[in-house]
Amino acid sequence: MVAPLDRRAVVAELLRERGDLLVVTGLGSASYDVHAAGDDARNYYLWGAMGSAALVGLGLAQAQPNRRVLVITGDGEQLMGLGGLATIAIARPANLAIVVIDNGHFGETGMQTSHTGLGLRLDDVASACGFPRVDRAETMEDVAAIRDLLHAPQAGPHLAVVTVKAENLPRSLPPRDAVHIKNRFRATLGLATA
Amino acid sequence: MNMTQTLEAGTAWPDQLYARLRAANVTHANYVPDAGHTQLIKLLHADEAVTATVLTTEEEGIAIAAGAWLGGKRSAILMQSSGVGNCINMLSLPVIARIPLLMLVTMRGEWGEFNPWQVPMGQATEAALRAVGVRVFRADSAEELLAIVPAALVEAFDADQQIAILIGQRVMGEKKW
Repeated sequence: MVAPLDRRAVVAELLRERGDLLVVTGLGSASYDVHAAGDDARNYYLWGAMGSAALVGLGLAQAQPNRRVLVITGDGEQLMGLGGLATIAIARPANLAIVVIDNGHFGETGMQTSHTGLGLRLDDVASACGFPRVDRAETMEDVAAIRDLLHAPQAGPHLAVVTVKAENLPRSLPPRDAVHIKNRFRATLGLATA
Repeated sequence: MNMTQTLEAGTAWPDQLYARLRAANVTHANYVPDAGHTQLIKLLHADEAVTATVLTTEEEGIAIAAGAWLGGKRSAILMQSSGVGNCINMLSLPVIARIPLLMLVTMRGEWGEFNPWQVPMGQATEAALRAVGVRVFRADSAEELLAIVPAALVEAFDADQQIAILIGQRVMGEKKW
């Protein structure tokens, strides 16, 4: 049995030398993890709209086909958007990767066990939907390999599940002003902000 | 294109609706099919400059459109009134982030409806949208719809408004479907 990973270390590794990666984060711990790795105007942090993260990533990937888009979200957030995995598989963006930081629990609401904690495998769901590549990571070596895939050409959308320790770490809070983070994100792409 | 034109002779309203969307540089469209949107969906798919995405449920379209705007592109979201109920919490995203939103909603559950199951959501559609902060325009004729669309496009994409256009069941009634 491998020792469960530290989610902050996982996210820091995923974002190491991120190049021009655009990042969307699912609400809750995934947003805190990405913020803890270093605030960046190329991050769009979600604080609500549960189930939307991978789909916001899809729209961004469709609009910016020459940029790589990474969605970092939690198991509970992705479970609420399960149908979205079917939509993404059919839309087939080659520049979109989704990494689910899977602690098997709803961490924000009292650590209730989630579907993944009870055995559901989101990588299998994505594979059944038609994702051409899925991965499952349990060691930091696996995570480093997923990080490298983010910067290598892909045939279609990629989903990876990283299993981590279930714990509530000190919060690292990104800005909650959704208009502010929208405008600073769009500014990095040279888009109008007013 | 002359935006003050109404019904060009011999052209069905979905074709003109499509032309107005494209004239305003809408390049992305997300939809759950509705019989009333059949022709518009066909036109959008046939257009190589348009990315058309089929959804499993309508709220996905709200999220995809928000992502597309973060990346600089304009979207329209097509659905039937029953799908509006599925979208409510997801609408927090465009509302709180002030992201342009254009929903084209074909109505059921009102004019000559034969299926009672369509009535509760159809009757609640406008109130539900307004309750979450989406502005509503309503068209009960093709002429009215084609006059509303250019105005709604400006308000959505230039004034960052969240807008739904309800296409009354009477409008679809003009077409056999």
